[in-house]
Amino acid sequence: MLGLLGRAAKGLGALAAVAAVAGSVGTASAQETIKVGVLHSLSGTMAISETTLKDAVLMMIEEQNKKGGVLGKKLEAVVVDPASNWPLFAEKARELITKDKVSVVFGCWTSVSRKSVLPVFKELNSILFYPVQYEGEESERNVFYTGAAPNQQAIPAVDYLAKEEKVERWVLAGTDYVYPRTTNKILEAYLKSRGVKAEDIMINYTPFGQSDWQTIVADIKKFGSAGKKTAVVSTINGDANVPFYKELANQGIKATDIPVVAFSVGEEELAGIDTKPLVGHLAAWNYFESIKTPENDAFIAAWHAFTKNPKRVTNDPMEATYIGFNMWVQAVTKAGTTDTDKVIATLPGTKQPNLTGGVSEMLPNHHITKPVFIGEIQGDGQFNVVWKTDGLVPGEAWSKYLEGSKNLVADWVKYNCGNYDTTKNTCLGAAK
Amino acid sequence: MRLFRRLLSAALLLAAALLIAWAAPASVRAQTAGGDLAPALAKIAADSYSDTEAALVLLSASTNPQAGVIVAALSDGRLLVDPATKAVYVRAKAGDALADAATGAAVSVAPAGLKPVRLNNRVRRAAEAAAGALSLLAPDPAKRLEAAGAVFKSRDAAALPTLDAALAKETVPQVRDALQQAKAAILVTSSSASEADRLAAVNLVVARGDQEALALLANLPADAPASLKAAAANGIAKINRSLAIWSVAQNVWYGLSLGSVLLLAAIGLAITFGVMGVINMAHGEMVMLGAYTTYVVQDAIRTDAPWLFGWSLAIALPLAFLFTGVVGIVIERTVIRFLYGRPLETLLATWGISLMLQQAVRSVFGPTNKEVGAPSWMSGAFQVGQLSITYNRLWIIVFALLVFFALLVVLKRTSLGLYVRAVTQNRRMAAAMGIRTGRIDALTFGLGSGIAGIAGVALSQIDNVSPNLGQGYIIDSFMVVVFGGVGNLWGTLVGALTLGVANKLLEPFAGAVLGKIALLVFIILFIQKRPRGLFALKGRSVEA
Repeated sequence: MLGLLGRAAKGLGALAAVAAVAGSVGTASAQETIKVGVLHSLSGTMAISETTLKDAVLMMIEEQNKKGGVLGKKLEAVVVDPASNWPLFAEKARELITKDKVSVVFGCWTSVSRKSVLPVFKELNSILFYPVQYEGEESERNVFYTGAAPNQQAIPAVDYLAKEEKVERWVLAGTDYVYPRTTNKILEAYLKSRGVKAEDIMINYTPFGQSDWQTIVADIKKFGSAGKKTAVVSTINGDANVPFYKELANQGIKATDIPVVAFSVGEEELAGIDTKPLVGHLAAWNYFESIKTPENDAFIAAWHAFTKNPKRVTNDPMEATYIGFNMWVQAVTKAGTTDTDKVIATLPGTKQPNLTGGVSEMLPNHHITKPVFIGEIQGDGQFNVVWKTDGLVPGEAWSKYLEGSKNLVADWVKYNCGNYDTTKNTCLGAAK
Repeated sequence: MRLFRRLLSAALLLAAALLIAWAAPASVRAQTAGGDLAPALAKIAADSYSDTEAALVLLSASTNPQAGVIVAALSDGRLLVDPATKAVYVRAKAGDALADAATGAAVSVAPAGLKPVRLNNRVRRAAEAAAGALSLLAPDPAKRLEAAGAVFKSRDAAALPTLDAALAKETVPQVRDALQQAKAAILVTSSSASEADRLAAVNLVVARGDQEALALLANLPADAPASLKAAAANGIAKINRSLAIWSVAQNVWYGLSLGSVLLLAAIGLAITFGVMGVINMAHGEMVMLGAYTTYVVQDAIRTDAPWLFGWSLAIALPLAFLFTGVVGIVIERTVIRFLYGRPLETLLATWGISLMLQQAVRSVFGPTNKEVGAPSWMSGAFQVGQLSITYNRLWIIVFALLVFFALLVVLKRTSLGLYVRAVTQNRRMAAAMGIRTGRIDALTFGLGSGIAGIAGVALSQIDNVSPNLGQGYIIDSFMVVVFGGVGNLWGTLVGALTLGVANKLLEPFAGAVLGKIALLVFIILFIQKRPRGLFALKGRSVEA
């Protein structure tokens, strides 16, 4: 590099030399590696969930590098810790894109952290892969959502309960923040559209980290004694689940009396409780560790080897990260460059086998197709799949059941727009 | 261990031999008794949820003794099907011994590719009902009671003859009542019973008076006679009235339980903040360390001495006290003693310590929750009238009060307590009397931290054991100590219980989120009026 610098300086004028230096430094470092940003909290309240995803990205980068990297270059992970602090997510995202010059970022868990980094990714035009189930009502040009939209998790779960368990009364219990509030709004509208009366729906919100569930569980018990089959649809987040399930078990509510279907409880969360009293309670996800496919077996084996811990569980957001990562690798390979605009244009239509035997596709609305599984909690902390959708369900960015969004579609290929109003034929947002 | 395994296998062999000897007459008996299991087993082998459910209905009416074995095996996941031959097998509760489901005969060589019969909640409910119908005549009264409860829930009219037989020879009054209620539940909903019988049955159900009775009465079939509907409506009104009274009692109980948790969390802080005046933001982390001590103790017991599990909490208590106490003393000697009288710096320093402790625990144990099991005497619940009291909450209330009074005795009756009070009230005078105030400071801080540690042992039973455990309690703890009056233990007790009960009485009306906000607003207003809390005390904080 010094030699190059010297030769360039000798041959050219001062101004041209400076330009050449800048150019040569740029290509030299790009030839070494492609940088991949990892934006997951490694400390603070969300560390419990997000640390696993950081490890998953690192594992996949290691595997990809063993296969020779991407475009002949090795991948290099840049890991930062936004410490469960929402404004810090935006700062760290800016740091990753401007200082570390990453080509893509895998990150965020909570919706509020995603909302916090959105303006940064738009302003600096970079790519974010978001691997967690969320409330929908969003589609951004720079973001690819590989977790479930409400129609890929919440609505099939409610359908299952109504059909298989003949549930007629519904408790929508959630933690008080944006994901449960929006999901419950969609579910309430959906249930009412199916003819459920308002008095048969009970909505309850609790603060983050609620640990005293006595009153609420007693209320649920009371609500469930009206003679109609009752179920709880839980969007309770993270840590608060463990005391909630403990209280259910203590007050003797079994899954055969009032089943609870959860959208945020996976293998990782169950690792902290004795699941024997919970057998039969349900969870709706797009992936379960217990699903037997060759891809999943290989993934679990690689995960155990990478973490050097044969007891580490895998979960749904890990699969979403896996799909997103491989779609990005495919798109970069196909586009022949890591240039943001070209990769964004290439990604829709990319197909990637998921871990449950299907092939997920990136849709023009930046969501993916996924199968939906309903699993029952087993005594060993794993899930037994009791129901699955026939094929893959395409993710819908905008819910059909909400007044404000039923006419909206997101299509970045046809309309180049994340919120296209089909009745007025206009794009509501500022399309780029 | 090896000896035990050898004994076990010998016992299993013996059992298998006995089974073979017994099998032939049993299968003959089964056929003569008219309880042919073949149709039910064929349905089970079909491996679909609705077929399994139908099979359970067949089984529940069967007189074959194998039926009970099959139902029990199904609900435990021990019922296996050979997909090739459609034969059904039962695996023994312990070990891998297999028996043929139809005859109970032992199978010496297990066929390859056996799959457990799958369950979902519908099947599980049917299995509970079938097990109830089948064990109404069980010799164990507890089993009969459970069976009566299951029949009450399933209201399966097919169980009526068995129920009558069971009633005829039942001697235990409690079980008799339950059986009668189960029979009443069937009669109320069955249209073939006479109106007088059904009216009498409604009265029996009303006398039961709980939410399940309410569910039954609210769910009368549409074709029920008008008199029955009127009686049921009256009954519902009556049950609702009594439940409304019980629900107040229930809320007060929940309040006491929440109050005792607050008391446990705050009582250590009542020493470090209340008595010493140190704004200790690392208090929650002491609670967390105590909970992790419990986890470590249980982990060691699980691997090395499983028979000690029932005592794990008792063993963890002194260890948690010592460990967190020592951590507290180290923090006091290395950081806090240089910051006395500078509350802002103390606040920042202890907050920093709390972050360091959290991250240290996260690095050592990982960010995920750790499972702390409950000993059997802390699981489950019992009924007082219509009030269901869970054992873990009850024990935590008892434990919180014990800790409180023990601490009171230490402060009021021991020489350490005397020194602590002396240093608190007038440091220079105490020093002049020859008390080594530095040493007392360290010991007091250690005592407060140790108490926080044993609170952690108790809280590990009801909350997540994760690095964030302490954060959830720090605000509540300060709230209790400030509300109760800084430096007064009795204030902490009264403050904790008042806040707990007020919170739980507010919650049903305002919801959990608003209830908490309302309580915070109340405390802010209260502190405006009485800045020193409920019970003000003269002490170092007054001088400062």
